[in-house]
Amino acid sequence: MRITCPHCGERDRREFYYRGAAVDLDRPAPDAGEKAWDSFVYLHDNPAGETRDLWYHEGGCGAWLVVTRNTVTHAVLKTELASQARS
Amino acid sequence: MVELLATSPCEGLLPLCIGQVTLREEEVGHLTSLAPYRGQSDALSQTLHSAHGVAFPAPNRVTGKAGARAIWFGRDQALLMGPEPDQSLRAHAAIADLSDGWAAVRLEGDGAEDVLARLVPVDLRREHFKRGHTIRSQIFHLNASISRVDDNGFVMLVFRSMAASLVHDLKTAMEGVAARG
Ligand SMILES: [Zn+2]
Repeated sequence: MRITCPHCGERDRREFYYRGAAVDLDRPAPDAGEKAWDSFVYLHDNPAGETRDLWYHEGGCGAWLVVTRNTVTHAVLKTELASQARS
Repeated sequence: MVELLATSPCEGLLPLCIGQVTLREEEVGHLTSLAPYRGQSDALSQTLHSAHGVAFPAPNRVTGKAGARAIWFGRDQALLMGPEPDQSLRAHAAIADLSDGWAAVRLEGDGAEDVLARLVPVDLRREHFKRGHTIRSQIFHLNASISRVDDNGFVMLVFRSMAASLVHDLKTAMEGVAARG
């Protein structure tokens, strides 16, 4: 598996640390209520198909990335800096 | 009164010469991390140029030459190698002295590319990785900075605590390349 870092170019998977679904970028407000927080912390999707993950380029430039990939075909479809995906 | 003597990170480990390839410790002078404040990249680059004669490097690039280099060191970060950092840089960037924190070595000679090909998961052949190019990647298991500073020479940095592992991994690869003749 190869991931294209916006800074470093195409790199081997070993350089990256996997964090999890990119829902972390949409963290509820502190006062959003129990339902929103319960959903944020526990109720994650587990899609067969396209998913967005957070990966950290630990053995590289140190950027957090949002990687869009397909869990069925293993294709990596898109990578972007988390700082930009969020804004 | 105890007399304290400074020892370099690779003291007692280098130099090594195996086959056509040599590995020695690089004299780097001061090592300073430069991390521009938001929106201050251009101002930092200008200040860096007036103070030390080098521009802030683009991703995967090195500016300057021996004595004063700026090596791209990761996202929004460069490593100033050589001079003591001018105080004027503080207006535009977070500055951190890393001088004693990193081990720096230079790998040189015909076959240096073959040695690195055994350890680094990035294509470092001259056609792809030219003089003035740099990467953040890994040397075997060690997070590293690798720059081509000469047609046939690479400067590499790892955390100082990893100096012995770095030398061990490079030595093993150098022996492997030499054994193939
Ligand atoms: Zn990267």
